[in-house]
Amino acid sequence: MKIEEKNIKIWSVIGSRATFGIAALEIAKKNENLITITCDVSTSAGLDRYRKMLPDQYLDVGIAEQNMIGVAAGLASENFDVITTTFAPFQTMRCCEQIKVNIGYMKQNICMVGLASGLVLGPLGYTHCCIEDVGVLRNIPGLTIISPADSLETVKALFAAVNSRKPTYIRLTGSSNNPIVYKKDYEFKIGNAITLNEGKDITIFSSGAMVYQCLEVAKLIEKENLSCKVVNMHTIKPLDLKSIDLACKESKLIVTVEEHNIIGGLGSAIAEHKASIKNSPEMLILGIKDAYGKSGSYNFLKEKHRLTPSLIVQDILKIFH
Amino acid sequence: MNAIDQTNINKIIKFKKNLTKNILEMALNAGANSSHFGGALSIADIISTLFAYKMKFEKNNPKSENRDRFILSKGHACLAYYAALCEIGFIKKDDLKTFEENDSNLLGHPVRNMELGIEFSNGSLGMGLSLAIGVALALKKKKKKNNIFVIMGDGECNEGSVWEALMAAPNFNLGNITLIIDKNNFQQTGNNKSIMDLGNLKNKVESFGWNTTEIDGHNINKIYDYFKNIDNNNKPNALIANTIKGKGFSFSENNNSWHHSILTKDLYDKALSEMK
Repeated sequence: MKIEEKNIKIWSVIGSRATFGIAALEIAKKNENLITITCDVSTSAGLDRYRKMLPDQYLDVGIAEQNMIGVAAGLASENFDVITTTFAPFQTMRCCEQIKVNIGYMKQNICMVGLASGLVLGPLGYTHCCIEDVGVLRNIPGLTIISPADSLETVKALFAAVNSRKPTYIRLTGSSNNPIVYKKDYEFKIGNAITLNEGKDITIFSSGAMVYQCLEVAKLIEKENLSCKVVNMHTIKPLDLKSIDLACKESKLIVTVEEHNIIGGLGSAIAEHKASIKNSPEMLILGIKDAYGKSGSYNFLKEKHRLTPSLIVQDILKIFH
Repeated sequence: MNAIDQTNINKIIKFKKNLTKNILEMALNAGANSSHFGGALSIADIISTLFAYKMKFEKNNPKSENRDRFILSKGHACLAYYAALCEIGFIKKDDLKTFEENDSNLLGHPVRNMELGIEFSNGSLGMGLSLAIGVALALKKKKKKNNIFVIMGDGECNEGSVWEALMAAPNFNLGNITLIIDKNNFQQTGNNKSIMDLGNLKNKVESFGWNTTEIDGHNINKIYDYFKNIDNNNKPNALIANTIKGKGFSFSENNNSWHHSILTKDLYDKALSEMK
């Protein structure tokens, strides 16, 4: 796939879901062993072109997520590469036990892609928003969990996950006109966190569409004479432990920002490791505070849950001063 | 019935006798752990016909690409599965004694182990037929003619995922799947009717688009005839096998306390004497 300025801009405009569809088609064209399975969501997943061009490598099992995971495991057991996809709540929780038995316990090589996770489907309510997927899946041994920061990282994560031939969940967040974090190609390795901004007072770990917000936070907080390191923890499992060790050594405060419940997600994962480090700095876990609320637009919900740059800065300063 | 049929049937009968002895030994060894005795015995005649006659496999090579695939969706009946894999030489007789012991490969529900011929991990109900659909699609893509056999319980049919899969197999024209529903009329805490009435199971499955047949699941001649004549065309096959939970022994037949129970040495001896 050509990674160039023009494509990066297009992918940003169409958002992570449609970009996923384009990337899946590119992988499938070169790998006739790859089959993509959906539950009646080809349009939402940007897979309509794929569906038309490669009907033999596309399978729709209807609105039946439990069956989807079983069918995927059967194909994987016969050495096919399999991508499954539907909206994040249905991709992860509707078929959670099938994921446990077939992908965790049996270690079948399947790459699951959860569409529109986080708060982006706010107007549709919390049946469709997804603030629990990382927490639920992080508990299943052997599963890799990736939350790409922008559309380009979605492409890179999908290629890496399919090539890894390991059970993986890719969590897609953000809307169309997804802000660009990566303006040009870069090295993406599953499990290796990426520092996007250097700073010595605070380290912010983030993933998904929140990464861009955190880069804005770093700019705003400079005005307070504080410097802020921003780390894109795109892989939530397995965690890049060294990056946490380093933050504990260098920073006065560790902050995590995620479009997920504060229980079970990125913040929890980092805190679990940090707990074993002597004299480690204080930590602030920002996200959705363990409650379902009223619905609203993506921007409305980000404000409500204090996940906009200026509100994140306010919450950090409350602790820092 | 011709001479070949008779030879095949004799082979099945002999296989079943050895399989039953293996089941008894494992159940005895399990001791106070208990074992799912009743549901293993209800599928003994079917699994014997599959392994002794119907299924293709390669001796000493459980991973052969040319094998037929077997999925025990009602994973708790693994006593019968392990016993059958022992009879075809994939599991060593001595290893059967490790059933449910610490660190054993033979757990109380099957765990995928291709060296031993165990194709999938099962135990959580309602998952086997979906796996079969994936395998069936894969074999079709590879242009392989092999069959996939799934044994499912009638109690298991309470699970919604069973019906998702029942809907999907005919939709994808998977004639390479044969589903056997072990209709022993019992589930863990009582008879099906008192817990969740399945109604006319044959009509239900047929209405989903399956070639459906109902037979006595302990009549080896009839089971043999069925498997001898099934097609691998475009429509999946379903066999409703009317069986008896705990079949074969006076103390366990239709006695649901044998769903999961302890086989004492006395009962083991009694069972052996009843086999003669």
